[in-house]
Amino acid sequence: MALLELTDISKSFGGVQALRDVDFTLNAGEIHGLAGENGAGKSTMMKIIAGVHGADSGAMRVDGKEVHFRSSRDALSAGIGMVHQELSVAPELTVAENVFLGSQPVNRMGIVAWRRMAERAAEELKNFGLDINPRARLGDFPIGVQQLVELSRVLFSGARIIILDEPTSALSPPEIERLFGVLAKLREGGRSIIFISHFLDDILKISNAITIFRNGRKVATAEVTPEIDKGWIIERMIGTGREELEESYLNEIKLDSRPDAAVVLRAKDLTLAPSYRNLSFEARAGEVLGIYGFMGCGQLELARTLFGKYRPASGALEIDGKVRALKSTTAAKKAGVAYVAESRRTMLFGDEPVYKNVSIAVLERLSKWLVKPDREREIAEVQVKNLDVRPPDVEWRLGGLSGGNQQKVALAKWLTHPPRILLLAEPTRGMDVGAKEDVVRIVRHLRDQGIAIVVFSTEPETVLSLADRVLVMRKGEIAHEFAGEAISKDQLLAAA
Amino acid sequence: MDMQSAEVGSTRAFRLGDFLRDQLRNIAPFITLIVLVAFFSIASPSFATLSNLENILQQVSITAIMAVGLTFVILTAEIDLSVGAIANATAIVLTFFTLQPDYVNIANLPMPGGIAVILALAACGALGLLTAFGVTRIGIPSFIMTLAMMQIGAGVSAVLVRGQIAYTVPPLILTLGSKAIFGLPWIIVVAAVFLLVAHLVLTYTRFGRYVYMVGGNREAAEYSGVNVRFIVGAVMVISAMCSGFAGMVGVAYFGSAQQNEFDTFLLDAIAAVVVGGTSLFGGRGGIGNTIVGLFVLGVLNNGLDYVKIDSFLKILIRGIILLVALIINVYAERLRTARSGERAG
Repeated sequence: MALLELTDISKSFGGVQALRDVDFTLNAGEIHGLAGENGAGKSTMMKIIAGVHGADSGAMRVDGKEVHFRSSRDALSAGIGMVHQELSVAPELTVAENVFLGSQPVNRMGIVAWRRMAERAAEELKNFGLDINPRARLGDFPIGVQQLVELSRVLFSGARIIILDEPTSALSPPEIERLFGVLAKLREGGRSIIFISHFLDDILKISNAITIFRNGRKVATAEVTPEIDKGWIIERMIGTGREELEESYLNEIKLDSRPDAAVVLRAKDLTLAPSYRNLSFEARAGEVLGIYGFMGCGQLELARTLFGKYRPASGALEIDGKVRALKSTTAAKKAGVAYVAESRRTMLFGDEPVYKNVSIAVLERLSKWLVKPDREREIAEVQVKNLDVRPPDVEWRLGGLSGGNQQKVALAKWLTHPPRILLLAEPTRGMDVGAKEDVVRIVRHLRDQGIAIVVFSTEPETVLSLADRVLVMRKGEIAHEFAGEAISKDQLLAAA
Repeated sequence: MDMQSAEVGSTRAFRLGDFLRDQLRNIAPFITLIVLVAFFSIASPSFATLSNLENILQQVSITAIMAVGLTFVILTAEIDLSVGAIANATAIVLTFFTLQPDYVNIANLPMPGGIAVILALAACGALGLLTAFGVTRIGIPSFIMTLAMMQIGAGVSAVLVRGQIAYTVPPLILTLGSKAIFGLPWIIVVAAVFLLVAHLVLTYTRFGRYVYMVGGNREAAEYSGVNVRFIVGAVMVISAMCSGFAGMVGVAYFGSAQQNEFDTFLLDAIAAVVVGGTSLFGGRGGIGNTIVGLFVLGVLNNGLDYVKIDSFLKILIRGIILLVALIINVYAERLRTARSGERAG
């Protein structure tokens, strides 16, 4: 029977219709995948279910009874809990304290029953296949463990319906396997799970049913059967005709490296323990070097090192044959390095208009003393047009753009004066298929101008769609290099 | 959220609610000012007069010069608690290098007036550089670093003046602090020049833009290649120099230099910036806000003298006004981030 039932749910934010007349049913003992491009409405719907937002119209029933949540606390007392992509654990507290956060068991005197707490936490986590010391500091464990601890906290607080938002995005394949094992066990125990993900393979692997959103509407709900595959989902996510790009990831990609092009960036034995060790590689003009590895393999620290944010403990960096000690991001920029960080929040000024976000990287070229807002706007307008940022209005407050468009602005600021070396960390993260296509186009164009581009990603698709040569990093070291051959996603995964 | 659906509405939807939320930090201080002026005008017929306006301006001038430096600092989301102490130290360095009357028992080192002024400015510049070094190179939070500098400033004052009172300042400073031009006190002109120049720097220069960007998102500024350390260090030096100048003209204004003379100015200067609506989290606000904040404080301090009120109660009232301003400041920030957060999902 239906555990959770939504009928005719609509929601708008300040004139923007985020959800229109959505129906949704979640059965007991079901894992229900939600798919859709960014802004399709899946996030809004899960926030309504979890009590974060209230719906404008429509009804929600739990166990057949109509409910009106005013907060996530209301939702939790009705048995609905959520694990966000950004975990809300307390890394400084112990594992057990995190499991029982907000509901520590106490003895008759009202004093926390530490031993009972630790024992119960250990027991519960053992059910998840985690044999860890409940008295250890949670922050010392990998993200996959922290996620399971948060999940167990949600379960402890009595949730029968668990919403998981992008649970696999930061996990390595073995961690994903472990998570799926836990989810399957929960399903057997009669709990229901809503599984929101961009990773369609993951959805298909674990879900019984799938619902697809597009432009605020539900476009399909189906049982997951062997006939339903990625192509089927993508077709519904984006309408028609644009599946070629996604499909191309499934096949082998022929790498097109250019061993004879000039070396622009050369790293020799770069070491910054514990993040990475003994990295030696080069990036060539007119080449996209992909650096692929699981979350935490050291690639993001490497990217920050190449942009002067971190200083390597040992090793040397050469740019155009000259040894450079990049002492600051300012020095790196002067040496011709540009960097787009993996998170938009660390790259952009949400309160400022688009044009100031674009011009910030070139202000010193425009003038020594005074700012020239008109020149800035002109420059920004060119980039906004080239990158197809929507809306194409440089006065628009950056924070008001959708995620994909913000990402384009983050890239745009480096394009007015193309750098020698462009470092892109997760350039297509969280983008819809159309925006990804745009990024691929832009990166290819920059490469053909002779810029050395290094792409850092934990998503195989990103690396495969962009790179001419691929380095695979594993636990801080270069584990494999793919050059001048054909590779596929499974080969890449196998190498990492 | 989908931009396409946003475009359906209109490209530049003007919504009053959003506008008010965005502008809360600018509107609230202004309304406060109007209400205060209206209240005191009704309460006392001698309040709303031209000569009293001059009084108010004169009374806030020293605070204004310090608040100029603090505006830079707070815009980058730092704080400077040493403004009063540095003002004091600079003033005392100035008198130390100026010939004092015989009855002042200080082992001072008389110099020509111009050199004394330069030495005093060098002293506050050096103190500012020390703050900048501690904050940007060693990484001490500005809150703690300037707390130490507050003590160091007080120490410099104490060592040089040794519990005495000095009276004489060079003629240039005496003019700026206590003389008038065409009937208008020079000190008001000095404060106005500081405010104007700071406004122009913040609005029209590359440095000013960097100050806002560093305050708006320090990480993003750094990843855009902005020399964040330089900007933060520079605003600390600017703050110290402004404070130092305020201290020098302040001594001329008061007619004497002694220890702890400027202690109360710290709170007033911070209050002026924050009451004016410059965000404590950086990146929002500016000299315009600070001017409104200065007027609010000036009108309040001055107006309370015109109404029959327990003078001890005045202190409490000022505290409450500051608290309300802080609440509005933080609340405005929350409204804003709530709106930015809307699209994050």
